[in-house]
Amino acid sequence: MIYVQQSVRRSGEGEGLKTETTSTAIPARLDQAPLWKRFIHQWDVQLMVIPGLILILIFSYIPMYGLLTAFQDYDLFKGLMASPWVGFKHFHAFFTDPDFSHVMRNTIAISLLRLFIGFPAPILLALMLNEVRHMFFKRVIQTISYLPHFLSWVIVSGLVISMLSPENGSINILLQSLHLIKEPINFLAYPEYFWTILISTGVWKEIGFAAIVYLAAITNVDPHLYEAASIDGASRFKMTFLVTIPSIAPVITIFLILQIGNILNAGFEDILLLTSNNFSIRDVSDVIDTYAYRIGIKNYRYSFATAIGVFKAVVSVGMLTIANAIARRLGTSLW
Amino acid sequence: MKLSLEDKILQGVIYFLLLIMAFVMVYPYWNSLVISFNVGQDTMLGGLTFWPRQFTLENYRIVFQDKRLMDAFFISVARTVIGTLLSVFLTAMFAYGMSVKGLIGRKYYMIFCIVTLYFGGGLIPYFLLIRGLGLMNSFWVYIIPGIISVWNMIIFRTFFMGLPTGLEESAKIDGANYFSIFFRIILPVSGPVIATLSLFTAVSHWNDWFSATIFITKSNLLPIQTVLQQILKSNIVSEQLSQISGAAQEQLSKKTITAKSLTMATMMVTTIPIMMVYPFLQKYFVKGVMVGSLKE
Repeated sequence: MIYVQQSVRRSGEGEGLKTETTSTAIPARLDQAPLWKRFIHQWDVQLMVIPGLILILIFSYIPMYGLLTAFQDYDLFKGLMASPWVGFKHFHAFFTDPDFSHVMRNTIAISLLRLFIGFPAPILLALMLNEVRHMFFKRVIQTISYLPHFLSWVIVSGLVISMLSPENGSINILLQSLHLIKEPINFLAYPEYFWTILISTGVWKEIGFAAIVYLAAITNVDPHLYEAASIDGASRFKMTFLVTIPSIAPVITIFLILQIGNILNAGFEDILLLTSNNFSIRDVSDVIDTYAYRIGIKNYRYSFATAIGVFKAVVSVGMLTIANAIARRLGTSLW
Repeated sequence: MKLSLEDKILQGVIYFLLLIMAFVMVYPYWNSLVISFNVGQDTMLGGLTFWPRQFTLENYRIVFQDKRLMDAFFISVARTVIGTLLSVFLTAMFAYGMSVKGLIGRKYYMIFCIVTLYFGGGLIPYFLLIRGLGLMNSFWVYIIPGIISVWNMIIFRTFFMGLPTGLEESAKIDGANYFSIFFRIILPVSGPVIATLSLFTAVSHWNDWFSATIFITKSNLLPIQTVLQQILKSNIVSEQLSQISGAAQEQLSKKTITAKSLTMATMMVTTIPIMMVYPFLQKYFVKGVMVGSLKE
């Protein structure tokens, strides 16, 4: 939408021809021809599309088919065709595994923390940025806030490890200079700090980028609403609650539904990287994805790990459906 | 709009909070930059925050002399350049085909694509597929699976469908086929959307560390992010790090450089390409995100 105007301006010559509305790959004389003839006649468009579709078939659909591994005792040398079928054996094994309870607890707890802290944070940032009157200041703050989004998780984990390090870690320096602690603490080695570190790192990395969508929604709010509120004597603070938030509520709801559908995606790269030095905190850091990765790729229990993946997908679809049903009652929905 | 006293106080609080946030965003990066320019031994004394105490370029000299790191940079650059060019070009062409109204099967093709946004096989079946295709320990594992991005296709397609169709029609009348329309008419007017999607594709190539950890065991094919991850992992034991460079051995024993100062220098070098590119493409990607989210 935004691009359209630019491109029309650039192309120039488009002006006189804009009245024609439909483009078609088939000339009129071929309209009645059999399908295969029309298909051959448009070989050039089909040639643009079919290789892409084949790549999608290979890299997206074959893995979906591969989910059947979950119901087999997969043998690398026999492949999917010849491996024996075992029904729900691996699901049963997962649910009765001694690790199951703490993995599920961590997954849900971390997800809920992300939902209650990570989700509102960018909305709050967008609302604050909306109050800024100096455009230059706003731009600079926004540019800075995007920065961590473009850094890889490897870099971010390196920064976090450095910040929290007992040797010259800035957090320890700060706390010591405020006399809050006497000796530096190796924060990443203690289970009680891990969730806090994980959630804050996530907010730090994505808050600026996630705010873009909400800022866009705020710019679309009808300015008359603000004028009317202003005439009624509402302060900016009140307007935020009476005009801005209700106006962007549909956007918030959509992202909230998607977030609830992701309830079992508690994290993967971030957790792997922040715990890579410490197995001692696995009791609080192990979530469903890191667990499946360890079992599947590292311990070669492919079927077991795939069963975990299937379980996760089923729960996600279920949660998404429930969240969407609730949202529909409230007037917004995904489909 | 005139501001009341209450509004002014609110403004003050907001500016203050935003400044704090900006500081928190930048500081970890700045501090690591400071450590990378400081003599390693001096850093170990602690208390290094805003400014280097004993400035040195030694850490960077070691990094740039390290063959393993330079090889890894080369792999990262190669996969970013090749992967981005191929993916953006082929996805754009795919998307253009999908935008042509008379395309036979278009509706079914589209459903075929969109399904993959909601369902996937997950890590293990994907891993087994890559194994089966013989892409393990091949450079092409970085490139081929990501060539077609359905998400980018949808953004491109939305853009192409918004173009005035007159351009296409006139070319059609001149007897041009769809390939020449794509190259001569569509690509030249698609600058902004190509810039946006190239940025996102390039960043995800540059930042990817995980695919190498599961698909690559040959150390000369590892990208810089994966090598950096291995360095960070062994950071506690500096002896392990010293294996990365013969020249570093001597320095390490003298403690002028440390594992930490070297790691920080490597991290900074790894982020340079991103820091140089993203602020300038900002106006494009902000638009790109919006087009994407409007279509969600």
